[in-house]
Amino acid sequence: MYAFDYFRPSTLAEAAQLLASNPEAKLLAGGQTYIPTLKQRLAKPSALIDLAHIAELRGISEEAGGLTIGAMTRHAEVAASPVVKRVIPALAALAEEIGDPQVRNRGTLGGSIANNDPAADYPAAVLGLGATVRTSKGRAIAADDFFTGMFETALEPDEIITAVHFPKPEKAGYAKFPNPASRYAIVGVFVAKTAAGVRVAVTGAAPCVFRATAIEQALQSAWSEAAIDGVRIDPANLNSDIHASAEYRAHLITVMAKRALRAAG
Amino acid sequence: MAEKGIGARVLRKEDLRFISGRGHYTDDINLPGQAYAVFVRSPHAHARIKRIDKGPALASPGVLAVLDGQDVAADRLGNLVCGWLVKSKDGSPMKMGKHPLLAQEKVRYVGDRVAVVIAETYHQAKDAAEKLIVEYEELPAVVDLAKAHDAPALVHDEIPNNLCYDWELGDKAAVDAAFAKAHHITRAQFVNNRLVPNAIEPRAAIGHWDPGQDAYTLYMTSQNPHVHRLVISAFIGIAPEHKLRVVAPDVGGGFGSKIFIYGEECVVLWASKKIGGRPVKWTAERSESFITDAHGRDHVTTAELALDKEGNFLALRVNTKANLGAYMSTFSSCIPTYLYATLLAGQYKTPAIYCDVQAYYTNTVPVDAYRGAGRPEASFLLETLVDQAAIELGMDPADIRRKNFIPKDAFPYQTPVALVYDTGDYARVFEEALKIADYYGFPARRAESEKRGKLRGIGLSCYIEACGIAPSAVVGSLGAGVGLWESAKVRFTHTGKVQVLTGTHTHGQGHETTFAQLVADKLGVPFEDVEVIHGDTDKTPVGMGTYGSRSLAVGGEAIVKACEKIIAKGKKIAAHLLEASEGDIEFKDGKFTVKGTDKSKTIGEVVFAAYVPHNYPPGLEPGMEETAFFDPPNFTFPAGTYVCEVEVDPQTGKVDIVRFIAVDDFGNVVNPMIVEGQVHGGLVQGIGQALLEGARYDESGQLLTGSYMDYAMPRASDVPFFEVVTTQGTPAVANSLGVKGCGEAGAIGAPAAVINAIRNAIGVRVEMPATPERVWRAIQQSPMLKAAE
Repeated sequence: MYAFDYFRPSTLAEAAQLLASNPEAKLLAGGQTYIPTLKQRLAKPSALIDLAHIAELRGISEEAGGLTIGAMTRHAEVAASPVVKRVIPALAALAEEIGDPQVRNRGTLGGSIANNDPAADYPAAVLGLGATVRTSKGRAIAADDFFTGMFETALEPDEIITAVHFPKPEKAGYAKFPNPASRYAIVGVFVAKTAAGVRVAVTGAAPCVFRATAIEQALQSAWSEAAIDGVRIDPANLNSDIHASAEYRAHLITVMAKRALRAAG
Repeated sequence: MAEKGIGARVLRKEDLRFISGRGHYTDDINLPGQAYAVFVRSPHAHARIKRIDKGPALASPGVLAVLDGQDVAADRLGNLVCGWLVKSKDGSPMKMGKHPLLAQEKVRYVGDRVAVVIAETYHQAKDAAEKLIVEYEELPAVVDLAKAHDAPALVHDEIPNNLCYDWELGDKAAVDAAFAKAHHITRAQFVNNRLVPNAIEPRAAIGHWDPGQDAYTLYMTSQNPHVHRLVISAFIGIAPEHKLRVVAPDVGGGFGSKIFIYGEECVVLWASKKIGGRPVKWTAERSESFITDAHGRDHVTTAELALDKEGNFLALRVNTKANLGAYMSTFSSCIPTYLYATLLAGQYKTPAIYCDVQAYYTNTVPVDAYRGAGRPEASFLLETLVDQAAIELGMDPADIRRKNFIPKDAFPYQTPVALVYDTGDYARVFEEALKIADYYGFPARRAESEKRGKLRGIGLSCYIEACGIAPSAVVGSLGAGVGLWESAKVRFTHTGKVQVLTGTHTHGQGHETTFAQLVADKLGVPFEDVEVIHGDTDKTPVGMGTYGSRSLAVGGEAIVKACEKIIAKGKKIAAHLLEASEGDIEFKDGKFTVKGTDKSKTIGEVVFAAYVPHNYPPGLEPGMEETAFFDPPNFTFPAGTYVCEVEVDPQTGKVDIVRFIAVDDFGNVVNPMIVEGQVHGGLVQGIGQALLEGARYDESGQLLTGSYMDYAMPRASDVPFFEVVTTQGTPAVANSLGVKGCGEAGAIGAPAAVINAIRNAIGVRVEMPATPERVWRAIQQSPMLKAAE
């Protein structure tokens, strides 16, 4: 780890101010990706701005029938939340399967989606549920616009995620096939039946989380596993690595979609 | 049996400190004035070093020294060597490439040591290491073992075809003749996947030269501190042996990887003198461990089994290419030869066996012993080949094994591959395992799995291994550069407490408990009064260390011999005190008694008399401390049957192990609980090899599986609750305890059981690791499953 300055703001305004005045600074959320990166000397920030002590970034509340979850809410809090389990049980179930207990007790929703790891779980839920990402600049970014590429988002350099609003779906489910080494998703599929139609988001399979429109169309016509049988996913744009070929990932997308559907009930 | 003597399930003494964070490991040691070492390593698999500019690194804050291969050469330090000379078929010795402590002229794998930076703090050393300027001329890398012979590059310029040796064992003419008249020949090719050892504690060392004494101390993570002392003095030449103390305190796992003499530990010792005698500390980072700890396995093999029409084995022919990596590690030559081909008879009476092995250099991390070392490779190919033969002949895999087991009345049994098995009753162990597994009730379980959409399979593996390494004259005749006896010192104190100093080393095996049980049993003293001391060359008698499941069978027997000397001396003292003749004294349960009387002295009274010899046999030395060395007359041969049941998800190819039964014949057992724990650990590593683990390199020689993000270690949730039975065994002959060794069995026997179970489920043998994608692809191509559709 290289030396850096460390800031611990207690308000969002203070954090935004620090970020604006330290262009080489990085925000620290749960640190589950960034701390290992620092330890391997793969990053050299001038400063870390630790968001852990900003009360307004934490908490889970019901809003307009759906859920609003603060950016600094830990995965373990989402997994254990009676409110989340009641309103969107699939979200609690997804959080319960992220990493291991240590990761879940440190990792945060905001940190996960700001990093936008291609194999992370939360982006699938945010995109699958058609959530809205709220920021320190007062923006409300639709999930469809938020995830722009591998480790890329629509966030501006000096912008901080404050919360994510998830509308309540009629039904939703998530199924992932974990990498046996890292336990990240080799393929994770989030399916949701929402007021605006069926949404299916896939993580792990491509450079960025994406909507599987072919499966969406199939499920739009019939919300059943059989509907997915006819769907063939094109492996052309999927990842191929030592853990899984693109063809295998394409196959797993349909398998996991069915399992997510089963989980959704 | 004493309450905590031989055979008792005594809880491990050492565990309280380990699980409460009170262990004392090398990295826990901090000496006054300590400096820190960071190694600069090659980023290339193969390159010529054109230039090293130390300037910017030396100018970096806190830097005390920057040392490279030229400094090593200037100080005339010796090369790292392989201590076992293997000869090729034509009688020529193996070709050992030079392996300097720090690279000279060329780097030969990603991670090869180029230089070391010593600084006041760890972070200063890290910062300076980044500033070292090294110019390389990249060379083509030899990565693929199968193509190493004709590769366009040479790892060592002076070694043609990258071939270290071309070795053989067995009667080729007899094997060829048997194949010529065989009714059926079963052929297969195997890849035995390369494994990264992954001990929980990374390697670490602190070297310290004391200018006042002109003496050296090396604290390090070692499985065999005396072997380290020997090699560092005799071959590397840093310090004479009597001026070097090697201390291996608590060590967090080894699995073989901490047997070897690596460059880093030698360098910190040497560097301490270079900076005037300040201690120098190095602790590997985990990513360093991945690219510097010697890897294991890595074979490509073609094997053929000749059978008659009843399924009797007539002959076995095996050709193996073994990957040595970039340099010969300390014992790398004997792993794919004398610890491998000699086990190819397995539990069977195959009359003729021939094996030849070509060992190649590649631009990868050196390969050496890893839990099982050679024996897992032999057992895996034999047990999967036997299964395949059964399938091809339409036989039940159980029946083909029954037909070919060495019968229990055939011992001692001379195999066609040099070893003489002392004892065994393979068929009985086999039937016991099948009974526990309800082997013949499997079809009902398969049907039940099928209802849930799962493919169920059952697999057998009947392993054998050679432990208790080793009779010195035998290994000497095969090329070993050392004897493989073991030593012990048993020391009573005035107050009747016992210190046991052993030449073995415990790094997870539980010696502090097992050896205390042994001594409590033999001397009739309370278990709590026995302290086992190990891991310090200034304290313990010279020993060869711990590996190859040898500590109890060889080191334990040395303890027994020392106890016998104690008892013999005690009889003389008791006879004097009891005014009886020495021949009339019996020793039992801690008491010396005059035969046929109730006159006796406790061992405590006798020991006290030895230290306070006011009334003492004339001419007898005072004191009660005895040393013994034990050189075993033969190896020991643990054997067993493992039964694995898997469920395969046909949609994803994911394999779940639903049952695993291990029945082992370890001969007599000192602590069944520790033995079961050892088997559990071995099984998990064997299952790891079968399903999860595998080091992968890209074409340029970069390790793709260089962290836990990509190298899959088995977790608790990957394995079932094991059903481990240490059966009433056949006692080993080579030691008076009748013990065989249990540390490696699980890792040796498990892979074939898992792979056979998967083949039974899907009809295709999948290469290890049987990852979900490999299994899924095999399912798509399975004639058996197509036929069932």
